[in-house]
Amino acid sequence: MKKTKLYILAVLFIMIPKTSFGLIEVDITRGNLNPLPIAVSPLFVESKSVKEFQNLLKKENIGEDISSVVENNLKSSGLFNPLKKEAFLQKPDIAHLKPRFEDWSLIKAQALITGEVKFENDKLRVEFRLWDVLAGKEMMALAFTTVPDNWRRVGHIITDKVYQRLTGEKGYFDTRIIYVSEEGPKTKRVKKLAIMDQDGYNTKYLTLGNELVLTPRFNPTNQMVTYLSYFKNLPRVYLLDIETGVQEVVGDFPGMTFAPRFSPDGKKIIMSFAKDGNSEIYTMDLENRIVEKITNHPSIDTSPSFSPDGKYICFNSDRSGYQQIYVMKSDGSKVKRISFGNGLYGTPVWSPRGDLIAFTKLHKGKFYIGVMRVDGSGERLLTENYYQEAPSWSPNGRVLIFYRETKSDSEGKGFSAKLWSIDLTGYNERLVDTKTDASDPSWSSLLSE
Amino acid sequence: MKLNKIFKNILLVVFAGIMLSACATKKVTNQMQGDVYTGKDTVEYLASGVPDRVFFATNESVLTTASRETLRKQAGWLRKNSKINVVLEGHADERGTREYNLALGERRANAAKDYLMTYGISGNRISVISYGKERPVDSGSNPLAWSKNRRSVTVKAN
Repeated sequence: MKKTKLYILAVLFIMIPKTSFGLIEVDITRGNLNPLPIAVSPLFVESKSVKEFQNLLKKENIGEDISSVVENNLKSSGLFNPLKKEAFLQKPDIAHLKPRFEDWSLIKAQALITGEVKFENDKLRVEFRLWDVLAGKEMMALAFTTVPDNWRRVGHIITDKVYQRLTGEKGYFDTRIIYVSEEGPKTKRVKKLAIMDQDGYNTKYLTLGNELVLTPRFNPTNQMVTYLSYFKNLPRVYLLDIETGVQEVVGDFPGMTFAPRFSPDGKKIIMSFAKDGNSEIYTMDLENRIVEKITNHPSIDTSPSFSPDGKYICFNSDRSGYQQIYVMKSDGSKVKRISFGNGLYGTPVWSPRGDLIAFTKLHKGKFYIGVMRVDGSGERLLTENYYQEAPSWSPNGRVLIFYRETKSDSEGKGFSAKLWSIDLTGYNERLVDTKTDASDPSWSSLLSE
Repeated sequence: MKLNKIFKNILLVVFAGIMLSACATKKVTNQMQGDVYTGKDTVEYLASGVPDRVFFATNESVLTTASRETLRKQAGWLRKNSKINVVLEGHADERGTREYNLALGERRANAAKDYLMTYGISGNRISVISYGKERPVDSGSNPLAWSKNRRSVTVKAN
């Protein structure tokens, strides 16, 4: 498997280590009712570079565009309140050299981001600084270079660095979402694989919609996708290389394979294989093609998901009579039921931090997205709705993305399927913008790691 | 003695409660028995008098009396038309998670397949596919629509 291709060419310019003593900190473990007021000064575009960016990117002011990417990201996190630019008193170039902290504290900013963009050797070079307005101190300074077309990613990387500096945890902004784009009436829904940036931009379609496709999931390096396709009306798990477009069937099973996911090292695909009315969980090693049967029970065993260390698997089974969540060792031994609340439980997915399992729950006609500890204790329901399912974790384990469907009338009108995200705290529920109706989202890992 | 009597009374009350709740869920309308569809709305015919589909209760793959009757008719028709192969398409309603519903659709179609086989139809003539909740026939979000969608449909393959 290939290593992640890094688009960032030169990284790290100056990073002044400072004790965080007395500087701003943002607590992300609780619902944040007082988001931190932050000023994102438009990045200053060096005068010689203005024309170049206009020609190349058709952008009048790329500095402003990048800073609005940052602002939108910060706002969507629910932890920050980006202030209106009209109130800014200091010019971007001067602010970047030496902010007049009194001016920024006057508009109630507690943190300030400044920066500069240049066109240098056919590359876009950005440098930015994060300032603590009240302490009157620089908190971080960083520069990097990339191809100009990647300008939105520049905004995402800046957000990740600022988020990490202020919260102490890695961000999730330089990431993508793969999902199923949906169009047409419910009885003849056309579904395509689609991929987009985490903020809804740069949507690309990976299939044409000729066959039904479901449940795409990234590999750990985000270059491969495994999904279910009804190609030639044979529902099978496929593997797709996003860059080359090469697709292949995973394994040679005499029946439907479905519910695929990668192992955390990316070397195996875990999935269900259905035969004679019984679905069991299998893995296939992508290098030596060895197939292993993991479960052995005359009930439905599906929706498997590895723990981040690869030692355990959580899955969905109706061996108790109804859909419940189970955990077992990765060789299939020591199967243990962990969901015991009222209702049915499905789609378990292990948090990248390892401590929680997110799930869908159906109880009394309502659907919930929730989390529980890996031993089944501490169940917490984050959101209730008419229909929603299939949570997927942000790479830092702080946000869940899932899809939600609305009720339709007897003619099928009123139906929609949309992506939503919610913080682990249960706050900050947001509609994620997609060009079409959407379902089955899967969040990538950080692209720039 | 006294305790025993109290215990018996409690049992009676509990039993009555179970009966009542069972009655409450086994609502019979002109199109549903319990929550199994009994109407003719979406049904097509493989031949005169041979309905193409059977319906299931929520989360179930057990064949009802009516389903078994339909499948016996299909088996009779398949015996008479020994050159015809069929695909059994298993489906679920929209009120379940996608992956589980794929498995459930497969289980439903196989329940129908097993029954056809016990009536002498060779497994070689029957293939099975699950569409989970992906291909509803009724796009409504109501119990009647869902009951029509929980189905296994026998389709001619050649």
